[in-house]
Amino acid sequence: MIDFQYTRAADIADAVRQIAGDPAAKFIAGGTNLIDLMKENVERPSRLIDISRLPLREIEETPAGGLRIGALVPNSDLAHHPLVAERYPLLASAILAGASAQLRNMASTGGNLLQRTRCYYFYDTATPCNKRAPGSGCAARYGLNRMHAILGSSDACIATHPSDMCVALAALEAKVHVAGPGGERVIAFADFHRLPGDTPERDTNLRVDEIITAVELPARSFAAHYSYLKIRDRLSYAFALVAVAAALEFDRDAIKEVRLALGGVAHKPWRDVSVEAAMRGAPASRASFARAAEAMLRDARGFAHNAFKIELARRAIVRALTQAAAGTPQSQSVKKIR
Amino acid sequence: MAYIGTPTSRVDGTAKVTGTAKYAGDAAAPGLAYGAVVTSTIPKGRIAKIDAGAALRVAGVLDVLSHENRPRMARRTAAYKDDVAPEQGSPFRPLYDDKILFSGQPIALVLAEEWEIARFAATLVRVEYDVAPFVTDLHVERERAFAVEQPHKPRGDADNAHAAAAVRHEAEYFIPIEHHNPIELYASTVLWQGDGKLTVYDKTQGVQNVGNYLCAVFNLKPVELRVLSPFMGGGFGSGLRPQYQVTLAVLAARALERPVRLVLTRQQMYALCYRPATIERLVLGAERGGTLDSVGHEAIAVTSQYEDFARNDTGWSGQLYKSRHAKYVHRLARVDLPTPSDMRAPGATTGVYGLECAMDELAVALKLDPVELRLRCYSDRDQHEDIPYTSKKLRECYRQGAAVFGWDRRNREPRSMRDGSELVGWGMASGVWEALQMDTAVRIVLGANGHAEISCAFSDIGTGTYTIVAQVAADLLGLPLEAVTVQLGDSTLPQAPVEGGSWTAASVSHAIAKTADEIRKELWRLAKAMPNSPLAASRLDDIALADGRIIDKKDGGRGVPMADAMRHGRRDRLACESTNTVKEDTSHARNTHSAIFAEVKVDEELGVIRVTRVVSAVAAGRILNTKTARSQIMGGVVGGIGMALHEETLVDHTLGRMMNANIAEYHVPVNADVHDIEVIFVDEPDDLVNPLGIKGVGEIGIVGVAAAVANAVYHATGKRVRDLPITVDKLLR
Repeated sequence: MIDFQYTRAADIADAVRQIAGDPAAKFIAGGTNLIDLMKENVERPSRLIDISRLPLREIEETPAGGLRIGALVPNSDLAHHPLVAERYPLLASAILAGASAQLRNMASTGGNLLQRTRCYYFYDTATPCNKRAPGSGCAARYGLNRMHAILGSSDACIATHPSDMCVALAALEAKVHVAGPGGERVIAFADFHRLPGDTPERDTNLRVDEIITAVELPARSFAAHYSYLKIRDRLSYAFALVAVAAALEFDRDAIKEVRLALGGVAHKPWRDVSVEAAMRGAPASRASFARAAEAMLRDARGFAHNAFKIELARRAIVRALTQAAAGTPQSQSVKKIR
Repeated sequence: MAYIGTPTSRVDGTAKVTGTAKYAGDAAAPGLAYGAVVTSTIPKGRIAKIDAGAALRVAGVLDVLSHENRPRMARRTAAYKDDVAPEQGSPFRPLYDDKILFSGQPIALVLAEEWEIARFAATLVRVEYDVAPFVTDLHVERERAFAVEQPHKPRGDADNAHAAAAVRHEAEYFIPIEHHNPIELYASTVLWQGDGKLTVYDKTQGVQNVGNYLCAVFNLKPVELRVLSPFMGGGFGSGLRPQYQVTLAVLAARALERPVRLVLTRQQMYALCYRPATIERLVLGAERGGTLDSVGHEAIAVTSQYEDFARNDTGWSGQLYKSRHAKYVHRLARVDLPTPSDMRAPGATTGVYGLECAMDELAVALKLDPVELRLRCYSDRDQHEDIPYTSKKLRECYRQGAAVFGWDRRNREPRSMRDGSELVGWGMASGVWEALQMDTAVRIVLGANGHAEISCAFSDIGTGTYTIVAQVAADLLGLPLEAVTVQLGDSTLPQAPVEGGSWTAASVSHAIAKTADEIRKELWRLAKAMPNSPLAASRLDDIALADGRIIDKKDGGRGVPMADAMRHGRRDRLACESTNTVKEDTSHARNTHSAIFAEVKVDEELGVIRVTRVVSAVAAGRILNTKTARSQIMGGVVGGIGMALHEETLVDHTLGRMMNANIAEYHVPVNADVHDIEVIFVDEPDDLVNPLGIKGVGEIGIVGVAAAVANAVYHATGKRVRDLPITVDKLLR
């Protein structure tokens, strides 16, 4: 851990002013990831700007029929909020699939979007890692890569994004509201996280002088047909090997709308709108789910230890869509897979 | 007896849950300085240069110690050999010289006024290395592994018998490196008293072992050093040997001439010690009727470049079941990692995992129920020495365990049992461990107020030693439990070995018994001397202590209160200390046994495994405390589930470095992974093992559990995964 300054942000404008004036500073809210990374000397902020007292803890209905979630709403409050639990159970379920109750109590909505990969090498400053130290190389590529990406990776980085909540937000087509020196802007969720490319040190398209103020959910909530299915190395408190957020709407027996997002397989929550488009109008059958799974993974590529994820993801997609179609979503408290 | 055998709650429970129980890192002193360790980033080579300039310039930094500037330590490697060090080799000497022996090795110690300053400054120490070629992979080094002597001799001609056997099974089973991961971090606080004397609060399973070690390393006289470990947040064997933080903390206190606290990080603890990665090769030859002809067991385990750590992995295979021919080989493969260590039931946990999976596979080959196979191979005599056991109720473990589990409803066919989308598997295994006892001394001070204080140097590593000591002493002194206080974990207390091997309960209880007997004699003498004593004509043999009184058992409980006898004899207190010496007796084998039955449910499509039920039936002599003993067995079962399904230290063999050195990425079972665990203590009276019939329960709970789970996974899926842990990817492969 390094020596750092600590300041508080008086309001959002002050937060933006402070971070614009000190690009090596970091915002801190729940600190559930940042503090760990600081202890390991991975994050070395010059200053922590405490935003935890900013008025960003509301969950409000929007005129468009959706929800606006303040960036500081704790993950547990979000998951258990009546409007979320009833109208966006996919989001609630994904949140409850992640971390532990204690971590969810501390972790904020905005912070969840910004959590960093759990790649072993990223966490260990004794090893090469392009994400932590650009240009130093990727030790995971030829090292321990069982947890790593099968989709969208680059020569520079094969890390995955660790969030469960973000997988659901991707499926729900949430929007991220941010504020910066030039004012506010809205980023579509699909554009928020990045693929690693040649710049794996950048996880998101958030600019260094911007702050997340809210996450907005559209009206469409898929409350009747959804499932969040997470496969991991123990039954709770482990990062996903593969996670699937599946959501369906039907017109009689045909699929009217579908959302499919994967976690644990790429540098960002993985969605493929062409696969969803191809599913529209199809029956909710195992065959169409299998076709979708095949299409989702057509470009998947495994490394020495993680090739199993391709078949696992294929099966998990079929299962999650089956659960969603049947209206029997995966329970996050009963660990038996439905 | 009022307390022995009852489910007595922990006498230290309140202190622990209210935070008044102080651990090694809690000790405080005015002027305390704090240490932070800098560790090597390479596994082998030498330190070319250490630049501590930037660290030293940080305000509040007191010093940076390394091999270049540390105070004097012993040169002789023998000085570093503690009571449980491997016989062969030279122990690791922290900050001794420029040699790097493993990644994560301590190479510098930053000392500062505050812990945060020390930790920050530690990040500023710049180290240059000369890197040497290294190897950390057992599978690469197995060809160069060398055989070490084993405690058990072969019998018959296993090779020929195997070749001639009607049914054969040969397979290799693999256990990766596992870490103990006790929840308490390793910590030492050294109080510097200015008079040349040191008081060291250390997280250790053996205060006297650490004391002797520090005296040798720093050339101290025993009176100049006191080591305390009153409470411990888990050890599992990781605290048997002195760990480097205590050496560095003493080094620092001597360098600064002030008190020092050093707490390791979770990540740093992975470089202390571990259960060695081991290949267990089993070769079984059987008759078609289901009896064993031959057992061959070869273990190949990693050890460090500087010490030969080996345990008895293989001997269990020739002991547990009747077979005329048996052969054992234990090989060590040198790798550039720290020396492995004992970890809960060392040797048995790994060796019996291999044996009990192999027996399951043999049962499949023989088309026999796995319990039936074990009963056909049952041995009432120890096979190594052809001697009887002091007691062996393993048959009863099978019977009671199977009955409670409902084993008779099992369909032998793999993949034959289902619960909706899940395959159901039932597996079982046997467990075995030793019933050991060590020389131990206990002091009892009985006050005229009817209060007794029991003291012994043993540590309570969280198993419940404080409680069983109080129970045994209360019963043998005839006092209420509340009238007994217990002092443990202090090197100045009467002599005890390290707390390990499941020997503590038997060892300390018999030392209490011996000392309590001296108290009884003293009280009898005092009682007899009282005017008009009702015990004037009594014989010592008939005297007992009960309900605070000295009584004649033969005479209707006639007696006098202890307090009266002491008052008349003008004694405020009676103090006795004696050592119970254990005589070697090779006429009988001494073991604990268990039968474990496990149920798993496996999602067929996704390979997700849930352990839904475990029944563990244990025969371990007299159970002193059914509550704490049950907790021990349950903890062992949870450890076994972790071994079967979760635990694995990942080593990047290109970097020679452990990569999941934290308890987010090193998986142990969480609540969701642990369901119903039923513990049965089979009645096993045994007056041969020792007078009180105590065998110990610390290790037996984990032995065999991983095999029972693995066998259940096979039964559920028809897929035999021999490499632990059994993860989704291996099951789908």
